[in-house]
Amino acid sequence: MNEIEQFTKSEYKYGFSTDIEQEMAPKGLSEDTVRFISAKKNEPQWMLDYRLKAYRHWLTMKVPTWQNVHYPQIDFQDIYYYAAPKAKPKLNSLDEVDPELLDTFKKLGIPLEEQKLLANVAVDAVFDSVSVTTTFKEALKEKGVIFCSFSEAVREHSELIKQYMGSVVPYTDNYYAALNAAVFSDGSFVYIPKGVRCPMELSTYFRINAENTGQFERTLIIADDGAYVSYLEGCTAPKRDENQLHAAVVELITNENAEIKYSTVQNWYAGDENGKGGIYNFVTKRGICKGNNSKISWTQVETGSAITWKYPSCILKGDNSIGEFYSVAVTNNAQQADTGTKMIHLGRNTKSTIVSKGISAGRGNQTYRGLVKVSKAAENARNHSQCDSLLIGDKCGAHTFPYFEISNPSAKIEHEATTSKIGDDQLFYCQSRGISAEEAVSLIVNGYCKDVFKELPMEFAMEATKLLSISLEGSVG
Amino acid sequence: MLSIKNLHASIGGNEILKGISLEVKAGEVHAIMGPNGSGKSTLSKVLAGREEYEVTAGSVEYLGKNLLDFSPEDRAREGIFLAFQYPVEIPGVTNIMFLRTALNEIRKYHGKEPLEGPEFLKLVREKTKILDLDDSLLKRPVNEGFSGGEKKRNEIFQMAVLEPKLAILDETDSGLDIDALRAVSDGINKLKNKDNGIIMVTHYQRLLDYIVPDFVHVLLNGKIVKSGTRELALELEEKGYDWIREEQKEEVV
Repeated sequence: MNEIEQFTKSEYKYGFSTDIEQEMAPKGLSEDTVRFISAKKNEPQWMLDYRLKAYRHWLTMKVPTWQNVHYPQIDFQDIYYYAAPKAKPKLNSLDEVDPELLDTFKKLGIPLEEQKLLANVAVDAVFDSVSVTTTFKEALKEKGVIFCSFSEAVREHSELIKQYMGSVVPYTDNYYAALNAAVFSDGSFVYIPKGVRCPMELSTYFRINAENTGQFERTLIIADDGAYVSYLEGCTAPKRDENQLHAAVVELITNENAEIKYSTVQNWYAGDENGKGGIYNFVTKRGICKGNNSKISWTQVETGSAITWKYPSCILKGDNSIGEFYSVAVTNNAQQADTGTKMIHLGRNTKSTIVSKGISAGRGNQTYRGLVKVSKAAENARNHSQCDSLLIGDKCGAHTFPYFEISNPSAKIEHEATTSKIGDDQLFYCQSRGISAEEAVSLIVNGYCKDVFKELPMEFAMEATKLLSISLEGSVG
Repeated sequence: MLSIKNLHASIGGNEILKGISLEVKAGEVHAIMGPNGSGKSTLSKVLAGREEYEVTAGSVEYLGKNLLDFSPEDRAREGIFLAFQYPVEIPGVTNIMFLRTALNEIRKYHGKEPLEGPEFLKLVREKTKILDLDDSLLKRPVNEGFSGGEKKRNEIFQMAVLEPKLAILDETDSGLDIDALRAVSDGINKLKNKDNGIIMVTHYQRLLDYIVPDFVHVLLNGKIVKSGTRELALELEEKGYDWIREEQKEEVV
């Protein structure tokens, strides 16, 4: 008898939905939809023009098919592109936030009252297409830090948006980036001024609630000369039978001596054990180390989504700049993931580190895809890549596609890859020491992910550890 | 403490154990010897609860309870310890993390509070001292990159920390050079006391030079065919197993 045979599904804790009066855009996608969203957001003309340009470009593009994930064709006319809880147009304080929404976030473990929050974390809470509220705005303002919803930034900080939006991920970049540029609804905007070390962690919590709705958010983070910020995003969605599209764009910019640490704990609804429902998480994330001696570090823990497809990347333009990518991705049941990173070395003495830990269980299928590119001018570039796969059971799969394009002979590139399997022998060994099979899996998996978890802010590392054991609950019979 | 009666077990429809009976009392050391394929390792695994093996007949009573009713982890929590013939590697999990999890699971089962870091470390240090082990072993991933001898010593170290009531040592002597054999045996002797029982499964009598058994049993073709004392082991060493096979045939005739 195979102990790892039976796969049951653990309960998804965040699968509830909130019954709230919604304002929706008419179903489907057209120029009218784009205009509708822009009007809802009271956007200036230049923003609408940008959206329309993106939309028209998107129409000329083809759905990409090179990724190693499989799903039925998405009907882009069968999606709502805007859903917002009906509320007062302007929110100045929490008293004006619908109590139903406050309650929803409370249930998700994100109380939005500042006094109840972790004192060192500011939160922007995004519900479907709008930002509900942003906490600690005032405290941050004192330091000159701007942390607000993207919609607000378009209105209030248009010069920064005009300068930076699309500078790292242009709308022409790829199919879903173009779609996002046309219909993006909300997201977070962060600006850390020169020489400021952001006094608290910033975070955005994304919640999809409405049915048949896509979430298209944009995040833009700029760390000016010598600035530092640590940012975290989390996300959940209700259990629904149909798939929902989440196509976000994240852009990071670091000027000289600046550093951005971007962490993701992704827990979108993954679908049921037969692969019904769940979020399609198709996201473009990219950062540019523009200034010398700057650093961008991506850490992601991807446990949710029916399909995860993203490559948080770094363009190392400044001399001595550093890019890092630490990833744990879990695919259980029928989940699929094709994820990895791109490290583009342009400046001199640039350095990148890639640590990718894939965990496949159930019938989960997972691909690591990564590119390390060293341009001609990038003297003394260094990269270390470590790509590990862990298989639980014998019906899952792991694939690794590392690409290297090295055009400068001074580059030092190291690549290591391992595949291991949690087998019956290991489980029995643990059991014979008093550790149940389930705990054994959790013990082994956490040991395996240690190198990535240590990159997360403390509270979130604990959260991630918990999340991982929940995701793999029932992965042994 | 352990009473095995007419135990039959098979794997994939193949009967390996064909009616084993054995009594072990607290404080006793039993050696089970036998040629390859006689069922020695199977007996160890069946007692520890490996699910691949199906018990088709017989009973195993342990401290007044039906052992076969317990899951493998609960058997361990009840005080049974199997030192593996081939200890398994667990990459990424340090020895100390592994042992702490195991010990605290066992404690939880008995309604005891978990041992916190400093207390646990103290306990572990005591044990490494008794067994004359290097502390660096604690930080290494369980059995990963260990030499054969280190693996076996690590098994005995785990045994020292978990303090089982009944230890089953499955060919703990195999693959050890004479120094390692001595070190491992010393460790086992130090852990031996009047309250715990030990079953040693082995091919060779040389282990018995170091750990003196109270009883020696010969396992042949899934059955215990002869039991005796230390002298029986010496006789086996000298004459091999054939004479017992002959005896068996005569009995059948």
